[in-house]
Amino acid sequence: MIAIVKYNVGNIMSVQNAVTRLGYDSIITDDKKDLLSADKVILPGVGEAGTAMKSLYEKQLDKVIISLTKPVLGICLGLQLLCRSSEEGNTQCLGIFDTHVKKLPPRDKVPHTGWDNFAWLQGDLLDGIDPDIDLFYVHSYYSGICRHTTAVCDYILPFSAAMKNGNFYAVQFHPEKSAAAGDRVMKNFLEL
Amino acid sequence: MLKKRIIPCLDIRDGRTVKGVKFIDIQDAGDPVELAKRYVTEGADELVFLDITATVEKRKTLISLVERIAAEINIPFTVGGGIDSIDDVGLLIKAGADKISVNTSAVKNPELISEISNRFGSQCVVVAIDTGFIDNEWIVYVNGGRTPTSLKTVGWALNAEKHGAGEILLTSMNTDGTKSGFSIDITREVTKRINIPVIASGGAGSMEHFRDVFLSAGCSAALAASIFHFGEISIRDLKKYLMEENIAVR
Repeated sequence: MIAIVKYNVGNIMSVQNAVTRLGYDSIITDDKKDLLSADKVILPGVGEAGTAMKSLYEKQLDKVIISLTKPVLGICLGLQLLCRSSEEGNTQCLGIFDTHVKKLPPRDKVPHTGWDNFAWLQGDLLDGIDPDIDLFYVHSYYSGICRHTTAVCDYILPFSAAMKNGNFYAVQFHPEKSAAAGDRVMKNFLEL
Repeated sequence: MLKKRIIPCLDIRDGRTVKGVKFIDIQDAGDPVELAKRYVTEGADELVFLDITATVEKRKTLISLVERIAAEINIPFTVGGGIDSIDDVGLLIKAGADKISVNTSAVKNPELISEISNRFGSQCVVVAIDTGFIDNEWIVYVNGGRTPTSLKTVGWALNAEKHGAGEILLTSMNTDGTKSGFSIDITREVTKRINIPVIASGGAGSMEHFRDVFLSAGCSAALAASIFHFGEISIRDLKKYLMEENIAVR
């Protein structure tokens, strides 16, 4: 069973739809017990960091998430919430990844919207993905590059496209909206 | 490198795809999900579903259609057409829409843009602007392009950005349905003046038209309906052509 964390953000259904298309059972939940008993946990997210963290605190899911030892995947805002802190709403985040989240400087169109490839990438989550392959991004904030960065995308500046720290994985793009390449990334995670 | 996007638009009435030129001679063109899947296979980067259903009653059909699209389509999609309340938006997002486009309702009440943006994020608000060139200036039209307003196109685009729009879908009434090419001047002007992505729309008739609007106007994406529906241009051939013209596409 895959647990998809339910909190105050938009479009969680699309993550569940992708998991279902790949043949896995899932549950959208804000119940600690479900997160603890699931095989894997996905922290999805489209929305605002401050509101999202507040929603996690209120449900006391913050401590549960950081205590998990099973594979956890943060998507988009989910990646940013797994960082130390975010400039968006001046928010303290979960602190799994050793970096800060900042707003993209407006030297080009923001949000970074559309299909983009990688400057470099490595690791099991992106197995089968070439650096030339495009995935779908839509975000105005970015996570800096740090020792946990496993893939870099370069738009306005180089930022973390994927990160890993132990059992915690995260991607800035939306694998659930990235056609066949996105399905491959989701499948890699689900098969970990 | 961020790629230029090609976006087919599907007109929806009572849950079915319809084909027609400027809402005249409308014919049933089948199940939107099946057509959408075909576009995804051909390499569409996103999809826009424009609901032209008149009545509120029939809106329920739209919700169940959006749920089906979300279950079966693995690229982003926008839903638009007569959406005028935050409650409508909530229902469509819950059903699985990635973005909502607003047009007349945003002109009447720009706060709607802020409301959607604050609640669901700016990435999910597309402000669709129908523009026409009249008396030597580009102005905004509402009600499906039938009613001119006193708003200037660039000014309205700037205001929409200020209110939290994530993207502008700019349709030129002067070229829409003519297949004579996109209106490059206004598309370039809006693209230059605002800092959010602009989708060019209206007038696509050949592959060269797409090349020209990307190269000359610098927009992020281009949208078309009939040339894709009637099979005049396949998305796959279009992308191959653009790549040969050194335009970065997926």
